[in-house]
Amino acid sequence: MFPVPAQGGRPLFEWRWVDRHLDEIFERLGEHIVLTAAALAIGLVVSIGVSAISLRRRWFYVIALSTAGSLYVIPSLGAFAVLVPFTGLTSFTTAVIPLATYTLLILIRNIVTGVEQVPKEVREAAIGMGFTRSRLLWQVELPLALPVVIAGLRVAAVTTIGLVTVTSMLGKGGLGYFIRNGIQTATPNPTSIIVGVGLSVVLAVVVDLLLWLGGRALAPWSRKAASR
Amino acid sequence: MSIIDQTIEWFGEPNRWSWTDPAGVPYRTVEHLQFSLLALAISAVLTIPPALWLAHYRRAQFLATSAVNIGRAIPSFGLVILFWFLASRLEVDTTFWPLMLALVALALPPLFTNTYAGVIQLEQETVDAARGTGHREWQIMLRLELPLASPVILAGARVAFLQLVATVAIGAIVNDGGGLGRYIVDGFALGDPGHGEILAGGIAVVVLALVCEGVFALVTRWVTPRGLAIQSRAETRS
Repeated sequence: MFPVPAQGGRPLFEWRWVDRHLDEIFERLGEHIVLTAAALAIGLVVSIGVSAISLRRRWFYVIALSTAGSLYVIPSLGAFAVLVPFTGLTSFTTAVIPLATYTLLILIRNIVTGVEQVPKEVREAAIGMGFTRSRLLWQVELPLALPVVIAGLRVAAVTTIGLVTVTSMLGKGGLGYFIRNGIQTATPNPTSIIVGVGLSVVLAVVVDLLLWLGGRALAPWSRKAASR
Repeated sequence: MSIIDQTIEWFGEPNRWSWTDPAGVPYRTVEHLQFSLLALAISAVLTIPPALWLAHYRRAQFLATSAVNIGRAIPSFGLVILFWFLASRLEVDTTFWPLMLALVALALPPLFTNTYAGVIQLEQETVDAARGTGHREWQIMLRLELPLASPVILAGARVAFLQLVATVAIGAIVNDGGGLGRYIVDGFALGDPGHGEILAGGIAVVVLALVCEGVFALVTRWVTPRGLAIQSRAETRS
């Protein structure tokens, strides 16, 4: 890719290119969404499990948080590189494992904090009504923790969408494909780069907004509490 | 030959442990750290003074709260490639500045937001007390607010630095140097025979990031004013 070829070349943005590649743009956008959704879903399932244990065993929470913290520190390209020889260069697994692990730190922390801030009276009332511990978690504590959990999910989603672009290094699709492709043609194609970066940002903003709206719809009391 | 054997062999090659040969892991590690630390230093100089000033006078609150969110939405990979492209279009040097600009842009939001938040959260009584004892506004900012906010600022610097170390690795895609990411990108380019190099590069990057994180934690403890350290220790105990 270097040294840099001198270019007079292509205009900064060509609508014609976008028009011709519309199908592919939608296809890559779809791949991007699927990768993001898969990573978030796996991250959420693991986090809920880890949080459920953490809420009962303090030492487990300490270990879980420091483990998730160390995983979070690992640079994305490094994580992919370490996995490639084992799970394959272009496999979905190689892309999803690191993406999912990056969500763990914020999700576990927010689920545990969210559940812990549920008022003691509420918990005692539920136990008094004969709720078992797992029913207490699923039907009382998690719903009440929802605003905090959603806040964590929003951060995780936005971060993941940005990181999915790196998976194009793996030959995985997603919008990163356009970013990478923009410099791999004989003369760099700025339109491709701009479309890749731009759509990734737009997707992040839209998903963030949708999660925020979803959180408001699922936990309307948090809105009332805030206005009071 | 298995991947593990390939990787071990790669680490055992001549010059692999050289500080002066570009094939050497130490050479690339130093390069990686130079890029990351320089970007962190530039970003700190650019953000901390204005954030301190704005927070002291309680201005630009919206910018401070939303900066990190906006920053998070920008893909670092895209930013690196975009800046490289712009530099090549303007026919300026593409080996250093495009990557450096992308790195600085990525480090600004967490540093700005944390400096702002660190100052905002201080008790007004403390500031008023300083004012009452005849401190000027700039003295309050530099001698009171900056040190008291330092744990929060350092937390922001840590997030920024994490992002920088990760992005320098990505920078190897367009940058001839590119620190330890060089091995990963070169390995990818080789296809199947490159797997040993990919794994070796990956391990090197991961180890570097973990070591940096550990060192950062130590520096934070060392830089934090002693009074604050005692206080926070008491808080965690209770």
